[in-house]
Amino acid sequence: MKYKTVIEDNIDVLVCGAGLGGTGAAFEARYWGQDKKIVIAEKANIDRSGAVAQGLYAINCYMGTRFSENNPEDHVRYARIDLMGMVREDLLFDMARHVDSTVHQFEDWGLPLMKNPKTGSYLREGRWQIMIHGESYKPIVADAAKKSADQVFNRICVTHLLMDDNKANRVAGAVGFNVRTGNYHVFKSKTVVVAAGGASNIFKPRSVGEGAGRVWYAPWSSGSAYGLLIGAGAKMTQMENRIVLARFKDGYGPVGAYFLHLKTYTQNGLGEEYESKWWPSLQEIVGKEYLDPEASHLSHRPIPTCLRNHAFIQEVNAGRGPIHMVTMEAFQDPHLEEIGWHNFLGMTVGQAVLWASTDVDPKYENPELTTSEPYVMGSHATGCGAWCSGPEDLSPPEYYWGYNRMTTVEGLFGAGDAVGGTPHAFSSGSFTEGRLAAKAACKYIDDGKAEGIKVSESQIEKRKEEIYKPMETYRVFRNEITAGSVNPNYINPRQALDRLQKLMDEYAGGVTVSYMTNEKLLNIGLKKLKLLEEDLEKVAAENIHELLRAWEIKHRHLASEAVVQHTLFRKETRWPGYYYRGDHMKVDDENWHVLTVSRRDPETGEYTMEKAPCYHLVDVEKDQADAA
Amino acid sequence: MPTFVYMTRCDGCGHCVDICPSDIMHIDTTTRRAYNIEPNMCWECYSCVKACPHQAIDVRGYADFAPLGHSVRVKRDEEKGVIAWRIKFRNGKKDMDLLAPITTKPWGSGTPQLRDVEPPTQEQRDSQLLYNEPKYIRFDEGDIHTLESNGLKMKEGVDY
Repeated sequence: MKYKTVIEDNIDVLVCGAGLGGTGAAFEARYWGQDKKIVIAEKANIDRSGAVAQGLYAINCYMGTRFSENNPEDHVRYARIDLMGMVREDLLFDMARHVDSTVHQFEDWGLPLMKNPKTGSYLREGRWQIMIHGESYKPIVADAAKKSADQVFNRICVTHLLMDDNKANRVAGAVGFNVRTGNYHVFKSKTVVVAAGGASNIFKPRSVGEGAGRVWYAPWSSGSAYGLLIGAGAKMTQMENRIVLARFKDGYGPVGAYFLHLKTYTQNGLGEEYESKWWPSLQEIVGKEYLDPEASHLSHRPIPTCLRNHAFIQEVNAGRGPIHMVTMEAFQDPHLEEIGWHNFLGMTVGQAVLWASTDVDPKYENPELTTSEPYVMGSHATGCGAWCSGPEDLSPPEYYWGYNRMTTVEGLFGAGDAVGGTPHAFSSGSFTEGRLAAKAACKYIDDGKAEGIKVSESQIEKRKEEIYKPMETYRVFRNEITAGSVNPNYINPRQALDRLQKLMDEYAGGVTVSYMTNEKLLNIGLKKLKLLEEDLEKVAAENIHELLRAWEIKHRHLASEAVVQHTLFRKETRWPGYYYRGDHMKVDDENWHVLTVSRRDPETGEYTMEKAPCYHLVDVEKDQADAA
Repeated sequence: MPTFVYMTRCDGCGHCVDICPSDIMHIDTTTRRAYNIEPNMCWECYSCVKACPHQAIDVRGYADFAPLGHSVRVKRDEEKGVIAWRIKFRNGKKDMDLLAPITTKPWGSGTPQLRDVEPPTQEQRDSQLLYNEPKYIRFDEGDIHTLESNGLKMKEGVDY
């Protein structure tokens, strides 16, 4: 093999993936480990990588405790309601009590946060959201991480975690390859923080051809957080909880600022309000506990995102589409019109391009909305990810095993999309989770938990062979055919991705089946995923760029299998509007008010599923009064 | 909208290759200029457009839903700390200039070097505090929130 092996040894904290979670981890690790060796491995360039590469126009998770706006438990309750009860409230409370210090530091670093001229506090978009000029959010945050890290390895696709050969179930670093030079990189480390991001492109997208890149979550979000963790045998939670987004059609431009700040609203193709008429039938599915429009109206309690999707989907299926966003009123105000456009330019330029190309001026025409294909991630209105320990002072025994944000693999931590049960973290919360993980990782080392780690040469060699196998496959079989991409011995990464998307769409509840699935379909899906796994052993890469795509599809495949296993396990329809179990069309609190936890045996590939208790924050006083 | 590169403006410097989050801006070996090798993995994030020193990269809306004849151009200036956009509609009826700040500080000057700050005490290490806490959370002298301070407890089950 012509590629060199580059070994980076004696690392204390290795950060895999430098999006908002990873940069937070690298930044904070330096404070608690001033003499420690901190290394970042990033698939792209840290200045523009991760989901925030393009920028953001809002920070969606800010308590404003300083201004007496919210307490952490208020945010926990909000996330709990939005996710139909299924959250890790210890992790959420922990994130929420620290997130403001993250945001205040961002301001110190030069991120332009808009201010409310009357109060001096930040300009609120909604109860949790503040508005920013965030085009350079990522390079600013990256700068902080670069100052903290001993070294940043850009363009390293991390493929596997290294495991300790002395002690079972303990992490020892990671391996990958450089997508420019092709070199094999070995990182031997005492701890690893995986912050490698959630997954787009798992379900067949609505777009075809070129537009397949215009996904809601970044196309480079390859589910590597899940691929790496599942591959190492870490337990996962809530992987069935994929998310569907109601967004501007085709461009997937964000709607948050439009709803909250510009006060635009939706209507059906006939110009009517449509949501409320679906509430009675939806209440039969989810019960009054989860949908009580009157109480919501009185208390401003939000209606869960999935349930609003449900009304959207039903209205379109009833033939009264398209659903429009009514912008024509708000956009008569030139100031609001400008905000509407800036909102896209700051985070989804493609939507501005689309309106410019189709002559949609929202001042004179109400743009169309759509519901997206599903995505698998853990920091927006959904909580897929690893089963992680919470902090000592908050977590009940089932949620606590020593180190905050540590997965069930020793020394292996998560942040951002990697951590399960923590929806509504968004950018600031993900960065905060990275900070929490880094502090815990330093403590883990200082406590002597990382002593005596051994990585055998055979493990390093085995991974190397595995990593380059797609190129070897191509080399061996390419000349069996004259030209082209049709070969009986292999498929290329794009062909594998197309197959994955098609089967996930049809069997696991994608757009073409209106998000519907059932046990039979899921079992067929699992069978097809196993066959795809076999074919992924024969995926071929013509060059290093294709090798990157090959490993991305392998990570997406691991994430997908977990999604199907979890969806099969949870025999209820917990989030109508995200997906439906046609054979169990109701919320079933008696049996399923629990978190789902899975583990894939790295040796056999077999899944084991279990239920974990769902704890909620309650007021001590109120609880005592109830008991009395 | 996948990006494309104007032949006469690109000098093959590779800034776009260096920055592209999707690894799809590559240098063509024949023309020695950059091009988008995989348009269906392009997010239209404009990272390469902003990074190009010659304004050689532009975007043409995705062929499957965006008609031809529009333009969204950008100039990002770290020294001045601003970004300028121009949006032109296909029908020529709308032509907008929009300007936004990208930072409030001289570029790269705002972030700290944590290796040089006062090291944390053992008490801080054993606490739940992160760097700069609790002072960066609140104005008063109070500590971070706990279950006890907020009158809460964790309870298993549906009841909440």
